[in-house]
Amino acid sequence: MVAQNFRHALFCAFITLIISYPILGLNLEARGVSITLTGAETQTYVGIALAVVIVFLFQLFRPAIMETLGQVKAINPMINREPMPQEKRVKFERFALILIVLGAMFWPFIASRGAVDLATLVLIYIILGLGLNVVVGLAGLLDLGYVAFYAVGAYTFGLLFQYYGFSFWMSLPIGALLAATFGFVLGFPVLRLRGDYLAIVTLGFGEIIRILLNNLTDLTNGPDGIGGIPDPTLFGMEFGRRVKIEGNTSFHEVFNIPYDSAHKVIFLYLITLILAVFTLLVIRRLIRMPVGRSWEALREDEIAARSLGLSRTAVKLSAFTIGAFFAGFAGTIFASKQGFISPESFVFLESAIVLAIVVLGGMGSQLGVILAAIAVTILPELAREFSEYRMLVFGAAMVLMMVWRPQGLLPMTRVHINLKKQEAGVTDHA
Amino acid sequence: MLVLENIHTHYGKIEALHGVSVEIKKGEIVSLIGANGAGKTTLLMTVCGDPQASSGRVLFQGEDITHKPTAQIMRSGIAIVPEGRRVFPGLTVEENLHMGGFFTSKQEVRRSQDHVFELFPRLKERRNQRAGTMSGGEQQMLAIGRALMTKPEMIILDEPSLGLAPLIIKQIFEIISSLRDEGITVFLVEQNAKQALKLADRGYVLETGRIRLEDSGANLLANEDVQKAYLGG
Repeated sequence: MVAQNFRHALFCAFITLIISYPILGLNLEARGVSITLTGAETQTYVGIALAVVIVFLFQLFRPAIMETLGQVKAINPMINREPMPQEKRVKFERFALILIVLGAMFWPFIASRGAVDLATLVLIYIILGLGLNVVVGLAGLLDLGYVAFYAVGAYTFGLLFQYYGFSFWMSLPIGALLAATFGFVLGFPVLRLRGDYLAIVTLGFGEIIRILLNNLTDLTNGPDGIGGIPDPTLFGMEFGRRVKIEGNTSFHEVFNIPYDSAHKVIFLYLITLILAVFTLLVIRRLIRMPVGRSWEALREDEIAARSLGLSRTAVKLSAFTIGAFFAGFAGTIFASKQGFISPESFVFLESAIVLAIVVLGGMGSQLGVILAAIAVTILPELAREFSEYRMLVFGAAMVLMMVWRPQGLLPMTRVHINLKKQEAGVTDHA
Repeated sequence: MLVLENIHTHYGKIEALHGVSVEIKKGEIVSLIGANGAGKTTLLMTVCGDPQASSGRVLFQGEDITHKPTAQIMRSGIAIVPEGRRVFPGLTVEENLHMGGFFTSKQEVRRSQDHVFELFPRLKERRNQRAGTMSGGEQQMLAIGRALMTKPEMIILDEPSLGLAPLIIKQIFEIISSLRDEGITVFLVEQNAKQALKLADRGYVLETGRIRLEDSGANLLANEDVQKAYLGG
């Protein structure tokens, strides 16, 4: 046992050496046209040696170390607590949601401009997370190309504005509906697929949309993107210093207050908040409706669901379409917030982040998704102090999270639908 | 009630059923027995429309359902208890039953649920338990109960005794015979030939995609070939 451990540790240390030495220890220097290979500074060599020793010691004493880590898990105060009874949990979740929404309403009036801007981004991710939650968390269809629908929403607004001068409010429903149409269309080829195969097809779809946007230069301006996308207006009132589009008035002139650039940020934030709450309520309602239960039935057991007369086609398509609809929503807001969109904003990483939000939050749980969206967006900002190690800290936090709480921040509370004995009719603990 | 006329079913190029004809009359219990790979499950799946028969006809209550989509067939009065029980593991017993009543009105769901609880008092005790945490026998009861929630004229059971203890199997077969008393036609597919034939009004023996024998349950039990092949001599 000990000998085996020792051999294993030696092997790991060796691997560390052969990986890190060429990468860190050797430098390529260009001198004119020729390139020479030089060694690194002594400091780097010491660092590499140190890393090798650490890996060696860790692997040698791994059983002991892992045991200590296991005890750390026991320190976690949440671990031994009795799970809350169902009714209490549902009440708690509702209470927490109301509290978050109320807090969010007052946020722009107490926070700085930058904080409000960041909060708008958080809200966009919340909408995305809630939408993907329908597809992944409830219907159990692993979608890695969710960003495509986000892009469709954003580009719908961008293009409609560029060619036809559509405003934010006109584009919002169109963008969402067009994204939903794309979701519906994508639904067809993936009907028969499950799990890994589905993930690969959706991944491909996400890339197709991005590459199309990149290469349809005549239409989308390719990698240069579309700029000058207008902000939302309030009943024809603009929030800029000067009115850009004819026929509009400006907010500060109508209300006769001095111009403040923060107005625009706050207004956009509030619109996003309203849309996020709208998303939350609509999906919350859907989950309690038969369509929501059919999503869950399909996730739990496809054959059983079909044996009860549920149509696989209808259930999957509805999940994809509704998920895509809200991504289109988020995309339109994003385009308006940034004022500029390019295919760069819709890379695979975005899909991965939204998926991480859903998984971190606890599949299917709405409160969990909201908390995870806040965490995933804020954490990299907080970690700015660590400058270049920012993403490393972020990654480490995710790994630890999955080790300690694999079920997510707040695992889904299953909604009970109780049939009353006395009178007909359904009560649900919404 | 259910008539299969000269059914051929293919998986890709492979023909699994070579012209099978079966008839089930209203109020009967009909058992289909056969060895592994004989095509029992294929036959059931053909009734459900997945895969669809490549030739021949499936008639249910006089209506041709051969090429109807599965979802529509399953809503037309046939219920199936799939092989291996297939309850929704993460849902509670009650929620499982409600899924069975997905296409019926709320009052009706309540009524059928009370009825299922009457048939299976055990399920009532466990109504708030997650289905995945129950024993195999209880899950089988739940699967049957869930199928009953669809208010079927006919119920198809695919290997209900699979992986259950002998005592539980006895219980399950008692339940199946009580279904007949309720006026539900039963089509039972089993490897446990002895129990299945004892219970059945009529039986079919399926061998490599063809019906080999067809007779009353008692006659098949007494048949020497059947005894040799399926009842251990």
